[in-house]
Amino acid sequence: MQAGQPGERRSEVARDGARPLMSVRGLGIRFKTSQGIWQATRKIDFDIAPGERVGIVGESGCGKTITGLSILRLLPGNFAGLDGKIIFDGTDLASCGARQMRSIRGKRIAMIFQEPMSALDPVFTVGHQIAETLRVHTSISYEEARAKTLEMLRRVGIASPERRIDDYPHQLSGGMRQRVMIAAALICGPQLLIADEPTTALDVTVQAQILELLRDISETSQTALMLITHDLGVVAETCTRMITMYAGEVIEDASVDEALVRPLHPYTSGLLRSLPHLSPRHGRLPSIPGRVPSIAEMPNGCRFRARCAHATKGCEAEQALQDAGGGRKVRCWRFAELNLPGALHPPETSVAARVAAQ
Amino acid sequence: MTAASAEPSREPIVSVRDLQVRFQTSDRRATVKAVDGVNFDVRRGETFGIIGESGSGKTTIGRALVFLLKPSAGAILHDGTDPLALSRKQFQSHRRDYQIIFQDPNAALNPRMTILASVLEPLELAGIGTKAERERQAREALERVGLPQEFGERYPHQLSGGQKQRVVIARALTLRPKLIVCDEVVAALDMSIRGDVLNLFADLQRDLGLTYVFITHDLAVVSHISERVAVMYLGQFVELGPTEAVSERPLHPYTQALLSAEPRPLPSSMRLEERIVLQGEVPSPIDPPTGCRFRTRCPHAQPLCAEQAPEWRELKPDHWVACHFADPNFSPDQEPPEETP
Repeated sequence: MQAGQPGERRSEVARDGARPLMSVRGLGIRFKTSQGIWQATRKIDFDIAPGERVGIVGESGCGKTITGLSILRLLPGNFAGLDGKIIFDGTDLASCGARQMRSIRGKRIAMIFQEPMSALDPVFTVGHQIAETLRVHTSISYEEARAKTLEMLRRVGIASPERRIDDYPHQLSGGMRQRVMIAAALICGPQLLIADEPTTALDVTVQAQILELLRDISETSQTALMLITHDLGVVAETCTRMITMYAGEVIEDASVDEALVRPLHPYTSGLLRSLPHLSPRHGRLPSIPGRVPSIAEMPNGCRFRARCAHATKGCEAEQALQDAGGGRKVRCWRFAELNLPGALHPPETSVAARVAAQ
Repeated sequence: MTAASAEPSREPIVSVRDLQVRFQTSDRRATVKAVDGVNFDVRRGETFGIIGESGSGKTTIGRALVFLLKPSAGAILHDGTDPLALSRKQFQSHRRDYQIIFQDPNAALNPRMTILASVLEPLELAGIGTKAERERQAREALERVGLPQEFGERYPHQLSGGQKQRVVIARALTLRPKLIVCDEVVAALDMSIRGDVLNLFADLQRDLGLTYVFITHDLAVVSHISERVAVMYLGQFVELGPTEAVSERPLHPYTQALLSAEPRPLPSSMRLEERIVLQGEVPSPIDPPTGCRFRTRCPHAQPLCAEQAPEWRELKPDHWVACHFADPNFSPDQEPPEETP
């Protein structure tokens, strides 16, 4: 493995040394529906170190977005209960009062979403909306807030911010709106930025700009990044660690490089193998048979076992997220005996090999 | 139905000549040149990919190819004939051969119709065979896309996204088309089932001798499935060639940037060190830049690019590009070539 990678090293140090910025333990979220109480996620455990960039990966419905929202306690109306702890810098966000939550939300933990147009208010200028965050959380004069907003707009790469600060959201392009959202999220200097599919609605060339900005901001201001996405490429380009979720559970937690090269969970491996980037051109794409179990009828034991090629009788037992050594965790009791292919298989025909050969 | 040979022939099933599609803006004060002078052939039995970012005009081309939109200028020939020259009746039976599938199967299926009824509808509209024959054909189509018999009696909400997309594919197949335009057909599907649906497209092509025009913004998908690929920017093609050549030795700076911007799921040691990050965003198609349309974002732009639109030329065999300075010897691991007009 490439231990010499700077990103890799930083993540190792953060993991072993410093106290985590946020520690999520046993997090579960329940919802009321017409068919009773549904458990959307359960037993979610993970840590984020100060300044660390962590990707939360999974397919639609796996619980990645609701996990991000629950950290900020931005839960929908049919929310029925939350289990576990979310320790953020010494405070349990799962149980703290609404007042304390308000002082953290937007100031110490900020969030950006997929669609900036629905997150921005169309009747206020972008400058007003960015400065609002600042004025809510600090006692700052109008002039100071405006000056800081200008500086932040420049920082997120908005050209001629003096002109743009008084624009309304509809006057900006999609990429610029997402930059404005990032500016509003960062204006109070948060310790953690949660980004939920921040580039999914953007074109690939603009996506590259925004990912570069997020990486750059996280590095220069030591803001930890929790990047929620379905796109393994986005995680590989942006993050140092990757947490894979399936059917409401964390099933693997490893450095990005380790997870891509040698995934320990059959689902992570299956996801990687199904990417067209990694298959020979015009060849058959491997896919994962079946579908994600419905939230209303979750199987006991391993939730992936109905789709897993390696399932045996032992998989009917409840699976714990266990330590796999080297700071990795996996929710599969067979992980040590399975030798699963990752992004580099089959090496001779993959893009990876072609890139490596150059 | 007979199986076609595996190798696509060079004979065109669709010829597009100087295609233009213009729309009026809602206030009728401006014209959007969604497609502005595009030339290409789709060869029988091949998969022809079109990639481009949002607003590039790729969907407009797709719709024009099956005459859901009328070209503002230029011609689209199906098998050498101009469908617009046909009588209304001839045109109706002619267009059965040219089908289109869209991104969102939820929008394509009527939630109040059973799956079988949805698949039967095109056959009923076309008035083919007896009721029993139509039903047999519809059930065959469902079987061909890998859906079990009992799905015919179900409603769309009882199916997953991947299954619904299979239904839409089955419906397009009932009229035994020669060509299917596939517009972002896997974009709405989760990663783990995308592969399944792409494999199905490949199987159907092999078994039925279909020709596809595959429209997508996803480079990995298009380069996996297509024999040839066209890259679109602001209503025009900037590059067209064999997929291997375009994705490994791109000639146009926009293609190079697009490939370099794509996030790759590779470990850090294997990712490209230098990436070309384009500045700014795509200009408005109402008022595109003069000369080369890409020049406002092009890292190699010269004064000439503003003055003169680059010619669409075959720089290498079967590999076309519209750039004054495209270099046939470019390879991505070299420094960009010196540019002197």
